[in-house]
Amino acid sequence: MGEPSLASLKRTPLHELHVELGARLVPFAGYEMPVQYEGIIAEHAATRQGAGLFDVSHMGQARIVGAGAAEALERLVPGNIVELKPGRQRYTVFTNAQGGILDDLMVTNLGEALFLVVNAACKEQDFAHLRANLSGGVHLEEMPERALVALQGPRAAAVMGCLSPGADRMAFMSRSALRVAGIACEATRSGYTGEDGFEISVVAAKAVALARALLAEPGVKPVGLGARDSLRLEAGLCLYGSDIDTTTTPVEADLSWTIAKRRREGGGFPGAEIIRRQLAEGAPRLRVGILPEGRQPARAHTEVFSAAGERIGEVTSGGFGPTLGRPIAMGYVRRDFAAAGTELRLVVRGKEMPAKVVPMPFVPHRYHRG
Amino acid sequence: MSELKFTKEHEWIRIEGKEGVVGITDYAQQQLGDVVFVELPEVGRKLAKGVEAAVVESVKAASEVYAPVSGKIVAVNQALPNDPAKVNQDPAGEGWFFRISIDNPGELKELMDEAAYKAHVGGGQ
Repeated sequence: MGEPSLASLKRTPLHELHVELGARLVPFAGYEMPVQYEGIIAEHAATRQGAGLFDVSHMGQARIVGAGAAEALERLVPGNIVELKPGRQRYTVFTNAQGGILDDLMVTNLGEALFLVVNAACKEQDFAHLRANLSGGVHLEEMPERALVALQGPRAAAVMGCLSPGADRMAFMSRSALRVAGIACEATRSGYTGEDGFEISVVAAKAVALARALLAEPGVKPVGLGARDSLRLEAGLCLYGSDIDTTTTPVEADLSWTIAKRRREGGGFPGAEIIRRQLAEGAPRLRVGILPEGRQPARAHTEVFSAAGERIGEVTSGGFGPTLGRPIAMGYVRRDFAAAGTELRLVVRGKEMPAKVVPMPFVPHRYHRG
Repeated sequence: MSELKFTKEHEWIRIEGKEGVVGITDYAQQQLGDVVFVELPEVGRKLAKGVEAAVVESVKAASEVYAPVSGKIVAVNQALPNDPAKVNQDPAGEGWFFRISIDNPGELKELMDEAAYKAHVGGGQ
């Protein structure tokens, strides 16, 4: 009823496994994706306490190959790609001429090429953008033949170390070619939950075998998109299309840390002037953590007012934080109301609800440091 | 002798004489997922049939509970706001929302019996 027909949706290589595991499948970014298996709160807790296995095969994987690949990508992103060492990974954003964000992505230096992971909903547009802007000997190779799974949580390292000796010693934001349970994979030590974990790229034909090997380990549970969203919200991480889009700059989105000093000084990426001006003078609004009082969640698009009743912003992501057992949110507020502790008023279902600005993440990150 | 009726919007009402106890169905709680917030109506409030009576929110989604009949709120489940997971655990029992007077018994004829409700949700599963 009113939902797009599942028949028109694409499926990931793990589709049959999702069905077997009792997933509830929903349309997401043109794919039929598992939103939950056992339940969002149970899956969220499994990831915070053990390890969660996520199918993120809908995301776009691609390589940029050719001499000068890093320089070419730097013309589209404000991140420091040229100095990204082989085997290292970095988070950055594609910007437009207004300094807005076209997508956020992970870039890994494979040595012979750059490996990109982009959002599912943006991948066709991102790849077209890259093709239109890469020239000379540099070109894009899409990797639709590969699946991507994420193993996230405090047990992720022990599980990976068991199936691929040494994988537990990978550094945070690094990449290794591994054999996991005998299956050739490309893994990075990163993720989207705030926990230690890995994202593992594998040829589609081996994806089910890899997922089954990971799920057979103690403490590993399948986790759907529902808990993926509540986990990243607790971790204070942006969701493209909600918290960042073409109308938000990296400075407004509190992503200035992704803009290296060399890039601030040298520019050379779309929207550089606007972004440099905002870095120097401050952005008109900022993305902040918002803690609503009481138990009622404040969802995306909830209007935000100052204590004096002036409209100063909007919630962009909001819901329930299962780890905290209370509602949490993030959104944009006018710069002069962005300090932690600032009293806010939210209007939820026509009723005023007190809230305040809080630092993020809501749940401390537990990335691997060592 | 009590009788159970259902609405298209997935409320159940257990008719007990001139009053009815209202909650959401097992199908509805499954669709919503983990319930984390419930807002109940004020006791004494008069509601017309089909009007929003309560709010129920899960981790992912917010939804409304409508009055299945016209009447006055006689009582609410005081335990629910502090333990909204009861809606998932026991939707037809401890997860009840409110008790309402049945001011117009004729309206009950417009509701579904259990077999009709099962057929109603059967197509969506």
